Amino acid sequence: MSRDIAILGVGMHPWGKWGRSFIDYGVTAARAALKDAGVDWRAVQFVSGAATIRNGYPGQVAGATFAQALGWQGAQVNTSYAACASGSQALAAARSRILSGECELALVIGADTTPKGFLAPAKGERPDDPDWVRFRLGITNPTYFALYARRRMALYGDSVDDFAQVKIKNSEHGCENPNARYRKRFTPAEVAASPMVANPLRLMDVCATSDGAAALIVASLDYARRVGRGDAPRVAAISTVTPTFASANIEMPDIATDSAVAAPAHSFRAALPAKAYEEAGIGPSDVSLAEVYDLSTALELDWIEDLQLCARGEAAALLRSGATRVGGRLPVNASGGLACFGEAVPAQALAQVCELTWQLRGEAGARQVSGAKVGITANQGLFGHGSTVIVKR
Amino acid sequence: MTRKTEKPFLEGWFAQGEAGAHLLGSRCTSCGTYYFPRQARFCRNPACAGEQFEEVPLSRRGRLWSYTDACYQPPEPFIAADPYLPFAIAAVELEQEQMIVLGPVVQGVDVAALTVGMPMELVVETLSETATERHLSWKWKPAP
Repeated sequence: MSRDIAILGVGMHPWGKWGRSFIDYGVTAARAALKDAGVDWRAVQFVSGAATIRNGYPGQVAGATFAQALGWQGAQVNTSYAACASGSQALAAARSRILSGECELALVIGADTTPKGFLAPAKGERPDDPDWVRFRLGITNPTYFALYARRRMALYGDSVDDFAQVKIKNSEHGCENPNARYRKRFTPAEVAASPMVANPLRLMDVCATSDGAAALIVASLDYARRVGRGDAPRVAAISTVTPTFASANIEMPDIATDSAVAAPAHSFRAALPAKAYEEAGIGPSDVSLAEVYDLSTALELDWIEDLQLCARGEAAALLRSGATRVGGRLPVNASGGLACFGEAVPAQALAQVCELTWQLRGEAGARQVSGAKVGITANQGLFGHGSTVIVKR
Repeated sequence: MTRKTEKPFLEGWFAQGEAGAHLLGSRCTSCGTYYFPRQARFCRNPACAGEQFEEVPLSRRGRLWSYTDACYQPPEPFIAADPYLPFAIAAVELEQEQMIVLGPVVQGVDVAALTVGMPMELVVETLSETATERHLSWKWKPAP
């Protein structure tokens, strides 16, 4: 029995700072996905919402909120919270329902309205919360991105010019994406002239926070065939594994790694795609394109290596060769990535799947990756959450 | 001018001993895994069911794993000086504990003075001040 499900429709609300409720964005994305799928909302049997807690909308539960806004119609409902991986876990919940035969047709949806500036912890004096402790010390999200970037420079000889080239590449891709927030081509001089945020990373190396929404209509393969969509792109794997003790890297929001005295150190980022490749029964050499979580320019290079698309330490050389731009051998972030979108936490992992779907259908316009057959995503957020999704056609 | 009260910003996380400052960690008596912040209930090693911990001072010297700085004023609960003073941040690898610990770098040491792999040592220094209090924290400092 195939473990795949079909992606019948995708939709997004453009990323930006629109000053409206996340519900507006979500409904817009859901209606776009329903229209793309040719599905009536009342036929949807399961609504799988991706939530955020820290910065979004405490008091409202994503799945039911969207279901009500679209019009209560008695579907089963679920809400997933997994920080930046909320979208992938919502997709995993829908896949489980479909593969178990509990439903045939599901809406997966995530939307966010974000504050300006740094993502910050909840208020109050809470020393038991590592997120509180690190902000009390002045350790923000870009601190971690910068530590990884500096480490690359020391270990592999990457330069700040390499990091700037990631931004320039992604800005060229994002220019062609109507859902991207920043649609401007950057030059090396512009990146170098932007203010330093966390040395060696400048403002143009670090992603913003954005409003946005993404939605998917997914179905069983039987359903897809019945409606004449047996050739639709399929979800071939979803990995949402936890880290394995001892986790090797210093991760948000912690101020220390696990001690590796009694157990070997493991890389969390590398574990996420490894599980997905195993589940899909394919390898890195089968990948046509990747959408990775470029919270910083340098982090895109880490992800390329974690996805095993090149050997450890060689991602900057791959970038310099032009392989990772659209038109190259292995385009990375053809959507423009977080560099052009900014992060809308519960929508972001779904936005990655939307891009892969358009690419595999050959509908990505000027940013189309020719002959795209297999796409992979990578993302990671707070508290040991991350995901990799493989989409194939 | 009245003297400000000095206190650690977190009680029981670090101490100033005769040999210098050190972090207060804990160690699982079953498998030897170190913890910072301290762990006192359950060992997080999946192969260990340990529930007994001893409090241990962590190594006060290590090697610089990576570093950066905070050019923009962090949001609350960070308490900033006015005007805001950027500071460096270090990730230091402790050899005996095989773990990496973050901390601010002492005032007056810029990222230009730091190199991955250099020896670092722990000190206690002012993290923030209010009108009546001076809050102390552990910080990293290049070691001789």
